[in-house]
Amino acid sequence: MKKTPADAAPVEVKDLRKSFGEQKVLDGITLRVAPGETVAILGRSGTGKSVLLKLMIGLQSPDSGSVRIAGQEITNLDVNQLNEVRKKVGFLFQKAALYDSLTVEQNVAFPLKRHSDMSEGEQKERVRELLESVGMQEDQQKMPSDISGGMQKRVGLARALALDPEILLFDEPTAGLDPITAAEIGKLVLDLKKKRKITVVVVTHDVRGAKVMSDRMVLIHEGSIVAEGSFEELQKKRNRFVAQFIADGAEE
Amino acid sequence: MGTAANAGRSNGISATLPNGRLWDQLGRAKTFLVSGVEWFGELGMFCARLARAAVLPPYEFQELIRQCDTIGSKSLPLAALAGAATGVVLALQTHDSLVRFGARSMLPAVVIFSILKESGPVITGLVVSGRVGAGIGAELGSMRVTEQIDAMEASAVDPYKYLVATRVFACILMLPLLTLAASFCGILMGWVSITLAEPISLRLFFEKGFKNVLFSDFIPPVLKTAVFGFIIGLVSSFQGMRTKGGTEGVGRSTTSSVVLSSLFVILADVILVRLILSVWG
Repeated sequence: MKKTPADAAPVEVKDLRKSFGEQKVLDGITLRVAPGETVAILGRSGTGKSVLLKLMIGLQSPDSGSVRIAGQEITNLDVNQLNEVRKKVGFLFQKAALYDSLTVEQNVAFPLKRHSDMSEGEQKERVRELLESVGMQEDQQKMPSDISGGMQKRVGLARALALDPEILLFDEPTAGLDPITAAEIGKLVLDLKKKRKITVVVVTHDVRGAKVMSDRMVLIHEGSIVAEGSFEELQKKRNRFVAQFIADGAEE
Repeated sequence: MGTAANAGRSNGISATLPNGRLWDQLGRAKTFLVSGVEWFGELGMFCARLARAAVLPPYEFQELIRQCDTIGSKSLPLAALAGAATGVVLALQTHDSLVRFGARSMLPAVVIFSILKESGPVITGLVVSGRVGAGIGAELGSMRVTEQIDAMEASAVDPYKYLVATRVFACILMLPLLTLAASFCGILMGWVSITLAEPISLRLFFEKGFKNVLFSDFIPPVLKTAVFGFIIGLVSSFQGMRTKGGTEGVGRSTTSSVVLSSLFVILADVILVRLILSVWG
């Protein structure tokens, strides 16, 4: 796996546009995430936040614009080249997207089996470590259907971390979870930031969670970025939509 | 005046209706044709991606074995039962006809030839396209709508290699074996149903039945089922992978996987029988 150039931004998108038929979802998004930074992308449901995240890992193609991941433009890569870039990125899906025919242990081992030189014993040890780090070591042999949504997210997080990625992309990590589990997931992300210094992009509409997890917030409305900055900076913005959106986070 | 206007309107309608209907039907035919061409185009691109994934290393042998078990051994009881039922029906029907034409002694040969050359392969193809086609369509479809396939791609694993190639190869490998099992059960149950009417030893039944059977009668029909396997694996994987829209989409993919793979198995049979006859006589 090629190392990322030291001066390259881990995630950089420029003038990104994406439409589905007549519906314009992203209309010229430009965003740069610095190494080790955690950026939360906020916006109302259906504003294309998840699409933006999927464009960042090449699961969808933009209509125009540039996406650079770990210093490499990914919009013109073939599948094999794209897979090399994807090995540097961990992705946690909104509903965890665990493989339902595999056990928790096999889910986490899935990327390791295919992309690491570890022996079977080393892989088992690594899986145990990862599951322990998310508090799921007791449930290794369970099937995804036998664990709760919050537990599935934890396993999804362990799987996303399996290849020791430089960049983590989280799609609504706290959506559909009770406040306690959501806070636990938030804490896990914070621990990760401290321990591994990973660059994180979190897509969410949970302002409180974003306030805790992120260094910078980016607010998307009608396909464009309407505001960005720290929570305190966003509070000072005079835009009505921004004020309305972050009011929830300010209540605490 | 109102009446005159109504009459005029009704005349106008009757004058334009046939043309309107014609345009509607032409429009529908055009849409159907375009979507058919699109479907084949997408299938072509799917085949190209599958071929690339299947040829280039690394290979997913473990998953292939798991799929062979799911597709092969778990379809065995159904294929054997379908083969046995075909054998019984074929023996009873043929017995009646041959007795009428005074060719009763031909009964073992006719039953064995029919099962080996046509009934066994086709029944197996159709039964497997129902069971396996539905299974693959539903499994891949639900993986698509729950983002499991996206998760696989995000983990830098090619789903065409892990999910599609393994299923298509398992179908190709398992169909001939299932056909052998179905044909064996069909012949055996054919003998049972004949011997219940007029006792004949199994040894004599086999001697009479296999007397004129050559390898060229036996091998091509069994190999033909490898093509059926390819069709079932390919079509149902394709329908599953292109699933859109929640559980309703999964239902649609499952149905279309079964319908299309059965249809293409029958069409392929027509072409392959003609081909086998022209090559092996």
